Amino acid sequence: MDARTVSPSVPPVWSTIATHGVFPEAKHDEIARYNFLANLNKYLSTVVAPGNRIAYEKRVRPRFRAEHGRDFQNRDEVRKAMKQDPYYQMWSALRRTTMEMRQQNGRSITIRQAPELAEKAAKLNEGKETLVLNPSVKVPHYLTVMDNHCMPGSYHTELFEGDVSAAANYDTGLFVTTAGGLGRLSDGGGKAIAQWVLSQYPEFKPKRILDIGCGLGHNTLPLAQAFPDAEVIGIDVGAPMLRYGHARAQSLGVRNVKFIQADAAQTGFPDESFDWIQTTMFLHETSFLAIHRIMQEIYRMLKRNGLTLHIEQPQYTPDMDLFEQTMRDWDAFYNNEPFWGVMHDLDPAALMEQSGFDRKEFFQIGVRAVNDLEDFTKPRQQPEAEDYGRAAVWNVFGAWKR
Amino acid sequence: MRELNVIALANAKSKGKRPYFFDDPAVERVLAITMAVAGELAVVHERLDTIERLLESKGTLSRAEIEAYRPDAQAAEERQHWHAEYIARILRIVQQELEALQHPEANRDLEEIAEELSRT
Repeated sequence: MDARTVSPSVPPVWSTIATHGVFPEAKHDEIARYNFLANLNKYLSTVVAPGNRIAYEKRVRPRFRAEHGRDFQNRDEVRKAMKQDPYYQMWSALRRTTMEMRQQNGRSITIRQAPELAEKAAKLNEGKETLVLNPSVKVPHYLTVMDNHCMPGSYHTELFEGDVSAAANYDTGLFVTTAGGLGRLSDGGGKAIAQWVLSQYPEFKPKRILDIGCGLGHNTLPLAQAFPDAEVIGIDVGAPMLRYGHARAQSLGVRNVKFIQADAAQTGFPDESFDWIQTTMFLHETSFLAIHRIMQEIYRMLKRNGLTLHIEQPQYTPDMDLFEQTMRDWDAFYNNEPFWGVMHDLDPAALMEQSGFDRKEFFQIGVRAVNDLEDFTKPRQQPEAEDYGRAAVWNVFGAWKR
Repeated sequence: MRELNVIALANAKSKGKRPYFFDDPAVERVLAITMAVAGELAVVHERLDTIERLLESKGTLSRAEIEAYRPDAQAAEERQHWHAEYIARILRIVQQELEALQHPEANRDLEEIAEELSRT
């Protein structure tokens, strides 16, 4: 795409976001701040980022070949060479800055009203058995060793008892980072997977569904809505996320969903107690040992003829060129997603086989977000410029337990 | 409950070492500050846009009037002064580096002065 000839589409203004009973109120300037950021992100991904490919082909790769007498052999070499290139440096520095600005902007909205948000959540959650907090759950090392995607305090830190500001911050900012690509409730991933399962397996009638690493439940609720007769359980270690997620679900009128504080690797649920176990953009935020333990735990909890599905960005396969791998891996090193690269290098079929699944039952598909902001009167736009690792187009892998 | 320091908390650093991409981290520091300022300018612009649209919708003035506005002599003078002051304020460091070149006698190293004062 030539940015000079094609009129660039603009991201939706932040105020098109859908609100709910525990959603923070935003002032005029706070909304404007997010509007600026969404446009800056869009500019970086559509205008600036494509230049990295040119710098790679025209400067970085020829120089490496001249110096080493061979081409790149792995993406580590590519990243180290790109890091020396002034164009990549500029794009990276700007992208890192937008990540930090996104946190600052969201936190300045939510922390100023943190006590009020906690009160709203407490009111919506009061006396409900569908929220089960367990403060003895230990936050896993993979979450405490650094703060994922530069989110200070991560998912679990509470500024005071009953605090939900970490979740409120997450809720306000996801819309900005994805430029509205996940829809007004940022639930495009959950909707996509629910719709895919409904259309692929019309005979499948799950009674109990588990969503692991549910966060504030934005991808959990679509499962509960698509399967109203099912009992849906979301687990997470972050109490602020669960309090907020439960209050959000109550306020949105989704009642067949329960939020429980639990560690994905040892949930405490009985053997063979779920028909469907889902993770959405969760596994890449764990660790090597943890992902294996979690997959074994999933196998243990899944009933016979049960289904497990995992939404992630595309795996790095040998046919994905090293430049694209490097760009997709940017978040691993520069946006505090240190397991991102390792996770995307794994062979998901082998991972599932090691956990007990039959390799014959393994499958992999691509899904695209179901977005209520999309203009259905126009043909679907193919994403022209890939914002590496951010696109609302995913790889889903999974298996049936037979 | 203890009152939260919203300003400090909003700007808190995330756990994990920050990467710097430019050879000189000072350049990156200035870029980060510049982008924050650019953001704030966009915020003011959006607020002004809101005000103009509200004034127009209430019939107080039209945006065409704003576009067509030409200052009279006094207003023009005042506005040009505002620009001059604004630009000088932003480019303070450039002016001060120039002064340092122009007046090396007024640009002595403070360690040297401290040493001198310790013995005079």
